[in-house]
Amino acid sequence: MTHVAIADQPEEEEHHPTSFIAKYIWSQDHKVIAIQYTIVAMFVGLVALVLSGFMRLQLGFPDTFSFINPNTYLQFMTMHGMIMVIYLLTALLLGGFGNYLIPLMVGTRDMVFPYLNMLSFWMYFLSVLVLLASFFVPGGPTGAGWTLYPPQAILQGTPGADWGIVFMIASLAIFIIAFTMGGLNYVTTILQARTHGMTLMRMPLTLWGIFTASLMGLLAFPALLVSAIMLGLDLLAGTSFFMPALVSLGEQLDHTGGSPLLFQHLFWFFGHPEVYIVALPAFGMVSDVLSTHARKNIFGYRMMVWAIVIIAGLSFIVWAHHMYVSGMNLNFGFFFATTTLIIAVPTALKVYNWVLTLWRGNIHLNTPMLFAIGFIFTFTHGGLSGLFLGNVIVDVPLADTYFVVAHFHMVMGVSTVMVLFAAIYHWYPLVTGRMLHEGMGKIHFWLTFLGTYAVFLPMHYLGFLGVPRRYFSMGDTAFMPESAQTLNASISVFAIIVMVIQVIFLVNLVWSLKNGPRAPRNPWGATSLEWQTPVMPPAHGNWGHALPRVHRWAYDYSVPGAAEDFIPQNVPQEGSGRPDDGGQEEVKA
Amino acid sequence: MSQNTDNTPGTADDFQGLVADWSADKETFAMPWGKLMMWIFLLGDTFIFGIFLVGYMAVRMAAVDPWPATEEIFSMTMFGHEFPLLLIAIMTFVLITSSGTMAMAVRSGYMGDRRKTVLFMAITALLGLTFLGMQAYEWATLIFNYDIRPWGNPFGAEQFGAVFFMITGFHGLHVLGGVIYLTIIARRVHKGVYENKGYSIVEITGLYWHFVDLVWVFIFAFFYLL
Ligand code: HEM
Ligand SMILES: [Cu+2]
Repeated sequence: MTHVAIADQPEEEEHHPTSFIAKYIWSQDHKVIAIQYTIVAMFVGLVALVLSGFMRLQLGFPDTFSFINPNTYLQFMTMHGMIMVIYLLTALLLGGFGNYLIPLMVGTRDMVFPYLNMLSFWMYFLSVLVLLASFFVPGGPTGAGWTLYPPQAILQGTPGADWGIVFMIASLAIFIIAFTMGGLNYVTTILQARTHGMTLMRMPLTLWGIFTASLMGLLAFPALLVSAIMLGLDLLAGTSFFMPALVSLGEQLDHTGGSPLLFQHLFWFFGHPEVYIVALPAFGMVSDVLSTHARKNIFGYRMMVWAIVIIAGLSFIVWAHHMYVSGMNLNFGFFFATTTLIIAVPTALKVYNWVLTLWRGNIHLNTPMLFAIGFIFTFTHGGLSGLFLGNVIVDVPLADTYFVVAHFHMVMGVSTVMVLFAAIYHWYPLVTGRMLHEGMGKIHFWLTFLGTYAVFLPMHYLGFLGVPRRYFSMGDTAFMPESAQTLNASISVFAIIVMVIQVIFLVNLVWSLKNGPRAPRNPWGATSLEWQTPVMPPAHGNWGHALPRVHRWAYDYSVPGAAEDFIPQNVPQEGSGRPDDGGQEEVKA
Repeated sequence: MSQNTDNTPGTADDFQGLVADWSADKETFAMPWGKLMMWIFLLGDTFIFGIFLVGYMAVRMAAVDPWPATEEIFSMTMFGHEFPLLLIAIMTFVLITSSGTMAMAVRSGYMGDRRKTVLFMAITALLGLTFLGMQAYEWATLIFNYDIRPWGNPFGAEQFGAVFFMITGFHGLHVLGGVIYLTIIARRVHKGVYENKGYSIVEITGLYWHFVDLVWVFIFAFFYLL
C-alpha cells in the first residue's frame, strides 16, 4: 500500500461528538484541549502571582505579616518560580497556543494523534493537582528553590524535605510525560500534516517558534527527568548520586561519594534550553502580531527562521553559565562564556528585525500591538543585562544577587508574559468570536508595562549593592544603606499594584465573553490561515468540506497594487504576490 | 492531481533531494505520521538513556571508593566452572534474536500474511519475557548472593549498585513496555483491525523494539565490559 500525505487523504465522513462530555471534557478537539490548557495554566499562574505578592509583602515590610516566616518564604519562592516557568509559561505557550494554532495555521483538521493530545492535557492536569497537593502535606511544599539543588533539597532543615520534595519530583515527572505526549503531536503535525502549498518556509513565524521549542522540549526534558529520578532515589532509596559524605544537624549521614555538581550540570542542561522553550514561541507570536498590526511584512523572514533554529541549537551548549560560582573547572567558564555571547548575535538580530518591521509601518496602536512593542523594550533590557552576566568576571560578584532576579524576570518573566498578553488580545476574537474591550486593554497595558518597570528596574540597583537573592530579610547588614529598604518597600507597593491590575484583565476576559462587540471575520486583516476558516470561531474539523490551499507566504501586507492591504495565504497568485515568498511556484493542477 | 516531481518528498537521494524534501509542501518525510512520531520519540528517549549513561560515567569518576571488580560479580558458576559474563551473553543473544523475529513480523505484515505476523510478534514478545526473566534472576543473584544494594555493597563504591539497578531497571521497564505494546498490537492484527489501514503499525512497533535492543548493547558495553 503506498503512503498518502495527510493533506491528500480522502475526506472521511466526520462524526462530530454530541454529548457534553465528549465535546468539552474528554475532548479530542485541539481547540477544546487548548482552552483547557489555557484555563488551568492561567489558574496556577494566578497562584504563583499571589505567592510572589506574599514574598513582596515580607521584603517590603519585614515582619509585619505573621504567616510569612523564613520557611514559608522559601516555600513560596520555590513554588512561585517553578509554577511560573513550567506550569504556566511552558504549558500555556505550547499546550495552549500550540494546540490552538498549529492545526489551524498549517491548514489541517486536528493534531495527527488527537487521543494522545487529550491524554497530554489530562496528565498535565494531574501534574498540577499533585503540585498543588504539596501545599497540604505535612511540612508543606518544598523550599529548595526552583533549581532543587541537592544536597539541601533533600536534607532535613529545608522546608518540605519530607513530603514536599517527593510531590515536586512526582509532579515534574508527570508533567514531562504530559509534555512528551503533546510535543510529539506538535512536531509531527507541523512536519506531516501541512496543507497543499504550505511549505515550511511559508509558515508563519509563530509555527516556527512553537515547532522549534517543542523539539527542544523533547530533547531537554529528558535531562530533568533523569535528574529528578536520581534525586528521588537519593531521597527515598538512600543512594548517593548527588550526595557527598556530610554531616547534617550534627549527624553523619549515610551517603558517600556523590557529586552535587553533576546535578547542577543535568539540571541546567535542561534549565537553559527551557528558557528558550518559553522564549521561542513568544518570539514567533510577537513577530506575527507586530507584522499584522504594522501592516508590513516581517523584516527578514528567512533570517528570523534561521535565527530561531540557531538559537535553539546553541542553547544546548551554554548551560554552565548558570554555574560560574559553583566550583566547576574554571576552563569551562571560558567556553561557556564564549557560547553565551555568541547566542546573543542571532538574538540581537531578531530584535533589529522586529524594530525594522515597525519602521515606516502603518502602525495600529491597539492593545495587542502595545503589548508587542512593550515586549521589545523589556526583552532588550533583559537581554542587555544578560550580556553582563554572561561574562564570568562580571557574574561572579553579581551571582545570587537581585541583579540576577531582575535579569531573569525582565528577559523571561515580563517579556514572555507581555507576548502572552499580546497573543491573548490578538487571538481572543478568533477563539470566542468577541472582541476584548479596548479601553480596559489599554489601561491594563500601561499599568502593567510601567508597573513592571517600577518593580524590576530598581532591582538591578539592589543587586549592585549586593542584596542577595532568596533571602527572607536583609537584617542589619553594614554594607546596605538604609535606602535599600525604602526601595524595597516601593518595589513591593508597585508589585501589589501590578497584581491588582491583572483583575482588569480577568474581568475583561470574562465580561467580553458575553458583552464584547461581536468580532467581524478576520478583524485584524491578518493573512495567516487561522483567520480564513469558513466560520469564525472555527468549528469542529476546522475547514468544512475542503482543506484550504496555500499560495503565498504569511506576510503579504500592503502589497503594492493589491486591492486590500493584506492578501490571505489562501488567495491564488495573480501577479500581485511578492517574488521572494520563500515557497516554490504554484503547481498548476 | 498532477505532481511536481521535485516536490515529492523522498524521491531524490542526493543533497538536492534533502533540500527538496524539506522545502516540499504537505509533508517533510514520505512516511506515515505514526512512524515519524515514533522516530522523534526515540530521539528523545535516546537523550534519556544518553544522559543516564553520561550520569553513570560522571558518578563513577566522582566516587571516592574504588569501583567494584565487575568481572567477578557478573560471572556465573556452572558445572563447577566460573564463566564470566555467561548469563549476560545469553541475555544479549536472546534480545538480538528477538530483533530478528521482529523484523520477520514486519516483513510478514507488509506481505499481508496476518497469521505469520501475529506468530512472529508473539515469539518476539516471548523472547522479551525470557529476557526479563533472566534479568530478574540476575538481579536476585546480585541482591541475595552478592549482597549488592542501591545504597551499598561489600565490593567498593556504593554507586555501583545504584547506577546498575537504576539503568538496567529503566531498560527493563522499556522491555516490559515493549512486550505489552507488542501484545496489544498483535491482538489487533489478529482481529484484522489493520486490514484497511495498512500494516505500517507493525513496523512502528518494530522500530521501538529494535531501539530497546540497541540501547541494551550500549548498556552491555558500559556495565559489563568497562
Ligand atoms: C509581578 C510579577 C512578579 C513578581 C512581583 C515576582 C517576584 C518574585 C520574587 C520576590 C522572587 C523571589 C526573589 C528572591 O527572594 O530571591 C521571585 C523569584 C522568581 N520568580 Fe518571580 N515575580 C513575578 C513574576 C514572575 C514570572 C512571570 C516568572 C516567570 C519566569 C517568574 C519567575 C521567577 C523565578 C524562576 C524565581 C526564582 C525562584 C527561586 O529563586 O528559586 N516570576 N519572583
Ligand atoms: Cu541560561
